[in-house]
Amino acid sequence: MLIAPFIVLASFGYVGLLFAIARYGDKRADAGRSIIANPYIYALSLAVYCTSWTFYGSVGRAASTGTGFLPIYLGPTLMAALWWYVMAKIIRISKANRLTSIADFVASRYGKSQLLGGLVTVIAIVGVVPYIALQLKAISASFSIILRYPEVIMPDKQGAPLFIGDNTFYIAMLLAAFTILFGTRHLDATERHEGLVAAVAFESLVKLVAFIAVGVYVTYGMYDGFADIFARAEDYPQLGTLLHEGGDSGRYSTWASLTFLSMLAIMFLPRQFQVTVVENVDERHLRKAVWLFPLYLLVINVFVMPIALGGLMHFPQGGVDADTFVLTLPMSVQQPWLILLAFIGGLSAATGMVIVETIALSTMACNDLVMPVLLRQRWLRLTERRDLSGLLLGIRRGAIVVILVLGYLYFYLAGEAYALVSIGLISFSAVAQFAPAIIGGIYWKGGTRLGAICGLAAGFLVWVYTLLLPSFAKSGWLPITFLSQGYFGTELLRPEQLFGLTDFDDITHCLFWSMLANVGCYVAISLARRPTGVEHSQAAIFVDALKTALPAARARLWRGSATVDDLLALLGRFIGPERAREALLAYARRHRVASPDQLKADAGLVHHVESLLAGAIGSASARVMMSSAVDEEPLSLDEVLHVIDEASQALAYSRQLEQKSVELQSATDELRRANQRLQELDRMKDDFISMVTHELRTPLTSIRAFSEILNAHADLDPPQRQKFLQVIIKESERLTRLINQVLDLAKIESGHAEWRAEAIDLREVIEDSATTVHQLYNERGVELRLELPHIPTIVVADRDRLMQVMLNLLSNAAKYCDRPDGKVEVKLDVAPEWLQIDVRDNGIGIAPADQDVLFEKFRQVGDTVSRPRSGSGLGLAICRQIIDHFGGRLWVESTPGVGSTFCFTLPRGAGIAHKSTAAGRDEHASHA
Amino acid sequence: MGNSVKGQRLVALFLLGGLLLNYPLLDLAAGDTLLAGFPVLYAYLFFVWGLLIVLMMLVVERGPD
Repeated sequence: MLIAPFIVLASFGYVGLLFAIARYGDKRADAGRSIIANPYIYALSLAVYCTSWTFYGSVGRAASTGTGFLPIYLGPTLMAALWWYVMAKIIRISKANRLTSIADFVASRYGKSQLLGGLVTVIAIVGVVPYIALQLKAISASFSIILRYPEVIMPDKQGAPLFIGDNTFYIAMLLAAFTILFGTRHLDATERHEGLVAAVAFESLVKLVAFIAVGVYVTYGMYDGFADIFARAEDYPQLGTLLHEGGDSGRYSTWASLTFLSMLAIMFLPRQFQVTVVENVDERHLRKAVWLFPLYLLVINVFVMPIALGGLMHFPQGGVDADTFVLTLPMSVQQPWLILLAFIGGLSAATGMVIVETIALSTMACNDLVMPVLLRQRWLRLTERRDLSGLLLGIRRGAIVVILVLGYLYFYLAGEAYALVSIGLISFSAVAQFAPAIIGGIYWKGGTRLGAICGLAAGFLVWVYTLLLPSFAKSGWLPITFLSQGYFGTELLRPEQLFGLTDFDDITHCLFWSMLANVGCYVAISLARRPTGVEHSQAAIFVDALKTALPAARARLWRGSATVDDLLALLGRFIGPERAREALLAYARRHRVASPDQLKADAGLVHHVESLLAGAIGSASARVMMSSAVDEEPLSLDEVLHVIDEASQALAYSRQLEQKSVELQSATDELRRANQRLQELDRMKDDFISMVTHELRTPLTSIRAFSEILNAHADLDPPQRQKFLQVIIKESERLTRLINQVLDLAKIESGHAEWRAEAIDLREVIEDSATTVHQLYNERGVELRLELPHIPTIVVADRDRLMQVMLNLLSNAAKYCDRPDGKVEVKLDVAPEWLQIDVRDNGIGIAPADQDVLFEKFRQVGDTVSRPRSGSGLGLAICRQIIDHFGGRLWVESTPGVGSTFCFTLPRGAGIAHKSTAAGRDEHASHA
Repeated sequence: MGNSVKGQRLVALFLLGGLLLNYPLLDLAAGDTLLAGFPVLYAYLFFVWGLLIVLMMLVVERGPD
């Protein structure tokens, strides 16, 4: 029965069944009654993680390392516990931002960077190609083996021609055809393929059932249960070690690193991202998947050990490759249906992986690698093309073919050197490089685009050097010395023992160095420069995704003009006209608008269309298409000028305000100063009044006192009465004099004094004043001498005032010259600019401290005991006012005990005339 | 799904599983003994794995929402 045609027929039949299920799923989805919208189907779809690696390779791994096949499944179990936080966040972010692949996710997070999207795509493709090769190897090997039934012969390892004539190549092309049929019949804005998910869930069931069937048969059919197998295995010494291995440090690290690697792989393998995130219908399905998926993994692995032991015991040493036990054990006991079931199971596992993985990769290749490059080629004028959906589908189909050809090539070049699992682990190590950028991206706002690029590139390069190239070397395509002696013969650069690290197996070794380089560069370069505006806003959107409820439509700053027709046309070019219309219809219904024609092309609609576009061609390219198609471009010249105008007006206004405030400030300062002066003057006035009052009161008191006595004592004798009357007269005179002086001073100070200007000879004034005081000088016995020039000395001044000054000075000189040989000298000096009059006496002199206060009002200096106050103290103050008025200066030079000289200067001619005329004018003005 | 008790319990299970299913604790289970016919290591691994899954199921399906 198991002849080639039947097997081929069965294979096609199975794939046809898958296809039918997919079509049914799509149809139900279009009708709105999705069959995949339940958590059990979702969890089963996640089991696409189990490929022919699980189906065949686990047994092979168990046969050589015992429980060493398990970490690959323990890792995802542990990771599932963290899905509650991590995966939920990723799903939320992806739904909110309409992200459709890993490349899209990374690119969007780091500022919608097309470069990063392309880099992720390249790494994903290069990293996953070995994994695809592994599936091809499994299918082709199982096919070759089953064809030799009933003999169990291993496939011929060498001699297969390249491409034509090689069965594996045909298988690869068939798989490409299946994949194209499954995934690229049309473009969906959300990149969801409901039919595909249904098919994948089905094939997960098939491979589970097939594997358990073989396991049950081997355990209970060929042997007597678990205990029997284990007991029998004890008899074989080499098998004993498989079961009871202790640990050495090498095993420790291998175990831990495989667990860790598979934790990352379950998140970042493109097919896992596709089924877990992109195909997710409802966030709540994730909850059940948290434990359902690990349960699946456990169940499918229960029989791995028994099958491995059974095979090792059944087949002679080294005769049959342990990777094939799942097929060859049933073959060896001649159970055709079981054999067929096993074969179909293996085929199912492999095709499921290839289809989903390749679709995911081709989506990335189209959206993030090819389209961005094409859009930049202006000569293609892609932005003007009517309908781009055909081009997009074409690119995807081409990508699928290319990827499968690459898978085939890797299988041809390097596939034979490795066991299945080892090949798979190489791919795991590659996709693990996405971890820092993505995990960092959703939890650390500081991650920048440059940091992610450098981290990814560094990790990828280390992976290439430590795992990929050695795989070629081990298959003979690179000199084996590359492994033993390193690059350029430097031992430190031996790819599997970099820098002398020899303790680890190749996978752990690669994991260590690649993660070191990746995380190191990511963190260091991200911290080296602050994130840009776009990076920062995208970072906030990603990191804070769970803090906000699902956003309906994010308000966006958008300046541009577009019509609904434009948007419809743009969308139609990528997802087809009918689907575009459907999408707008749905949008209109959601916004309670009667028909799409009544929609307004506002920011909300534009944003919605852009997200739909992003589903088809990736967010970065959608941005480009959108802005070029709807004139979102720079403001027109008019608008720019208007803005500048407004800005400059505002600037001018603010400058005016500034100026006004400065003026206000200076005015305030002036006011403050004036206020201060007023207060000072007020104080001075108060002082003056109090002083004057005091001075006036003194003589008045005497007058009153004596008057009262005279009045009271009418019988006073004449001489005494005479004396009292004399006192009264004298005090009255004093009072009059004082009042006159005060009034005089007040008049001069307030500028109300009358000044007469006439030409006078100063010599005459001096001589006249000397004559006036002649009597006084005689009485006191003081000599008076005049030293006057012989020429006339004309000044224009007020004669009376000058006289007043001279009389004052002379009488002062006489008063304080109380000595027998008292002498007063008056000298008149003539200089070109001024005249100076000195009045020198040889009296008691004036102490230096008193020289300043002498000219103040009501001040008299000198010994008040020996010489009681005889003046008012205002004389010198008045003199100073007068001389000041004339523009001169009055001062004293004196040495105590020797004498004093009072000097004053008068400017000649113009100065005096000016001042007195001015004063006269002022006075006239104020009296007018 | 946010910061609920379930999430925190699951993280605890993650840590527990990480400890139990790795060396050096795993070394305690190595040895030549047979447990009901099963090699200890094998039995230990599958038992702990199964227990972990059951606990995860209980956390998700029951308990406060």
